[in-house]
Amino acid sequence: MASKDWDVVIGLEVHAQLNTRTKLFSHAETSFGAEANTHTTPLCQGHPGTLPVLNKEALHKAIQAGLALSCQINEVSRFDRKNYFYPDLPKAYQITQYQHPICSKGSLSISIKDPKAGEYEKTVGITRIHIEEDAGKLMHGGSAGIAESYVDLNRAGTPLIEIVSEPEIYSPLEAVAYLQKIRAVLLYVGVSDCNMEEGSLRCDANISLKPKGSTTLGNRTEIKNMNTFKGLQAALEYEIKRQAEVLEEGGKIVTETLLFDAAERKTRSMRSKEEAHDYRYFPEPDLPPVRVTKKEVADILATLPELPDAKKNRFVKDFGLSVYDADVLVADKPLASYYEKAVAAYPAEPKKICNWITTEVAAILNEKQISIAEFSVKAEAMASLVQLIAEGTISGKIAKDVFPEMVASGKMPEQIVNEKGLKVVQDDGLIRSICEKIVAGNPDSVAKYKSGNKNIFGFFVGGVMKETKGQANPKLVNEILTKLLG
Amino acid sequence: MDFSKLTLAAALRGLKKKDFTPGEILAHFVSRIEADQKRPDSLNAVIGLHPETARAKMASVRPDSLLAGLPVLVKDNMNVEGLPVTCGSKILEGYVSPYTGGALERLVENGGLIYGRTNMDEFAMGSSNETSSYGPARNPVNRDYIPGGSSGGAAAAVAGDLALAALGSDTGGSIRQPAACCGVVGLKPTYGRVSRYGLVAFGSSLDQIGPIAKTVEDTAILLKAIAGHDKRDSTSSDRAVPDYVQSLQAPASAFLKGKKIGLPKEYFTKDLSQEIQKRLDTVIDFYKKQGAEMIPVSLPTSEYGIGCYYIIATAEASANLARFDGIRYGRRSKSAKDLKEVYFKSRSEGFGLEVKRRILLGTYVLSSGYYDAYYLKAMKVRRVIKNDFDAVLKQVDFILTPMMPDPVFKIGEKSADPIKMYLSDIYTVSLNLAGVPGISVPCGKDSKGMPIGFQLVAGHFEEEKLLQAAHAYDKEVNAHG
Repeated sequence: MASKDWDVVIGLEVHAQLNTRTKLFSHAETSFGAEANTHTTPLCQGHPGTLPVLNKEALHKAIQAGLALSCQINEVSRFDRKNYFYPDLPKAYQITQYQHPICSKGSLSISIKDPKAGEYEKTVGITRIHIEEDAGKLMHGGSAGIAESYVDLNRAGTPLIEIVSEPEIYSPLEAVAYLQKIRAVLLYVGVSDCNMEEGSLRCDANISLKPKGSTTLGNRTEIKNMNTFKGLQAALEYEIKRQAEVLEEGGKIVTETLLFDAAERKTRSMRSKEEAHDYRYFPEPDLPPVRVTKKEVADILATLPELPDAKKNRFVKDFGLSVYDADVLVADKPLASYYEKAVAAYPAEPKKICNWITTEVAAILNEKQISIAEFSVKAEAMASLVQLIAEGTISGKIAKDVFPEMVASGKMPEQIVNEKGLKVVQDDGLIRSICEKIVAGNPDSVAKYKSGNKNIFGFFVGGVMKETKGQANPKLVNEILTKLLG
Repeated sequence: MDFSKLTLAAALRGLKKKDFTPGEILAHFVSRIEADQKRPDSLNAVIGLHPETARAKMASVRPDSLLAGLPVLVKDNMNVEGLPVTCGSKILEGYVSPYTGGALERLVENGGLIYGRTNMDEFAMGSSNETSSYGPARNPVNRDYIPGGSSGGAAAAVAGDLALAALGSDTGGSIRQPAACCGVVGLKPTYGRVSRYGLVAFGSSLDQIGPIAKTVEDTAILLKAIAGHDKRDSTSSDRAVPDYVQSLQAPASAFLKGKKIGLPKEYFTKDLSQEIQKRLDTVIDFYKKQGAEMIPVSLPTSEYGIGCYYIIATAEASANLARFDGIRYGRRSKSAKDLKEVYFKSRSEGFGLEVKRRILLGTYVLSSGYYDAYYLKAMKVRRVIKNDFDAVLKQVDFILTPMMPDPVFKIGEKSADPIKMYLSDIYTVSLNLAGVPGISVPCGKDSKGMPIGFQLVAGHFEEEKLLQAAHAYDKEVNAHG
């Protein structure tokens, strides 16, 4: 990582595809993975004489995203043409918002768990959010020595929002936390699928270094093609190291665009003329200014669901969870819903339910690579399991055997406990007699215990547990043995 | 029956009385076009003749519709599904349109039958129809002369009795000026009055489709057939369309009495040809006799119109024409070996000189370092020009101006001097910048026998009164209707 002489300054530009039914300016349906050029109209293909018409659903969703990110919604915004030639751009210009975006001056609070800096929260400013249309896709192929490229315009015209952060991100971990939080917020509001593999969520980073404490920003590089959270982190870590080396040798950072090579885990210069682009932005004459009234904004605000931070705060306050645990649950909206369902089914032990979900359940989801929606154990079942433990019906140890059975069979824990006869033995008399038997049968160990070896207590507990097939109430066993052994 | 002697209005009356059929009218004009095309000095007004397209729709025409099966020519920059659309350019050779535009849909709904596509300056960039890659069109009054541009073919067809009705497009005068050159009537509607959906864009904030016909009454009928809101064009107005035809029934002198007509001093300078001034004087006399009051007015920013127009129009055009890149449709150079060559060769081969000139100019004025001085400045000047018109049109009902500073010239006379060509747009471009409607009406001939027209201007969406005022002159002096 960077030598301690440098401050790292990062800004992120996140593009999210809006999950509208039709495209931003045409009535072609949005799609993913469809047969090439089957979701286009003459407008999408850039045919002469066609004109854009703004999709109101896209505007609505952009405003929802802006409100969720605490932005000011601008009453008047405009579209502009961004001009360049590339085969995936059918009109040879992209309709975007350059001068007057729909949203400005937002913010996002993020939590970071940094092995060096510890756990902390910070707020990252959001400079602006604007609406623009996506380009098509190119595929390269060909045979017999002739290179061919193919243009698929299904994606061309899909609505995007571009979220630009202030350069207030100071480490790769903060960058990852920011991107994860953006994703969570957009998923909560329901405006995008945020699928990085499918490309409905993309991230570019701008990064520069400056001498520690200096107020002058250094030259920045832009990194593209980071398609996973780990990729984002690796790219930034590599670039920090690279820039530090250059600067420490007295060199200068060239302002350029770099591509992240996921295989090599490094950034590479694009070294092509495309960098010298003058986009010749000018206001889009085919579209009137976008006007939104205060009332319309207020109406849209009322449609927002509870956002991650509000949910997190509520979990901390109402359920006594730690901020970190609440964050983990809240990061995935379906997971948070699952948790709340479980707590509703058994309100007495919200912390314990949280623990089960963030450890045992999370492990299974990760191992099977599934989402909570696909998990075989219902929220009510998890609640039951915790209840059985809390009421002493089964021990925590037994529960760890019951749980995998629940996962495999989908059965309720009570059913499994009854079928297998796993209930904790509560009978005082029975336990007492077994304890007495074990103590009586091991005088040497008793002697060792009495002469100061306290660790051997476990031997007696083990003996009782073996006799009771692990179903003795551990608390009771401890009490009785302690009394017996003095 | 010699339909060429009829006006559109007279032909409609005949159709409704069943004196003749749409098929007969169509056959007449098709054979006139075919005959003209055989001449070595053909008007070359029509790029594509499609009688079968008209015949295919003939059966579904309602006899009580506005146009009742009347055949109409359209400029070759308007999309009609299944027909080629070339914009007078090689770059769209072979291109067939996948859809029909809004104004033409309306035209057909109202009973119009499209039977051909007219010649034009390439991508509507020109004032003489000399930049077409299909060869120049000629003025039917004298075939050595230009018919004007860019809707030269449309005006020539109407004036040359190859059509009773044509639709052109006007970005900086391209309907009005050729109408004046050929001695017919041409109307540029208010920006937003007629749908641009389906019109191949040149200057998106300036373009409008409009009618070209023999009389003012004819253009009123055509405007009624195409005007109105189209939700596929976000710049189209949802204002109600008045009955332009009905309002022409009102008696002219009653209408004109007390109306104020502004004469902008900047338009009547010594740069205006004497011959044209003389004809304008007679027009002024006419309106005075009808009881209208002539008011000297000023449009102080007039001198900036050309500069402002050529910056904004070319800027928009440079972006609008970028889609012609040889990738998805149209001409792709056969010798292109890689992507760069596809772009460079297709566009170099496909575009003519004037189009290239304007694309370069438009790209320049938008480029980094020049945007503020040119494009941004021109947009600000545009606002001031519009304010000038708004202010004057508060004082007067109409503005009366010449159409051209000089008489119609011969083919080839000005084509070597693009600046001189641009300057001839001096009376027309400001209307597109301001968005106001204007109509060109014939008012006599020059010493060479070539037509002269005058221009009448009204406020935004005031086509109804504009047509009434123009009709008053046309009916009386030109004996039209």
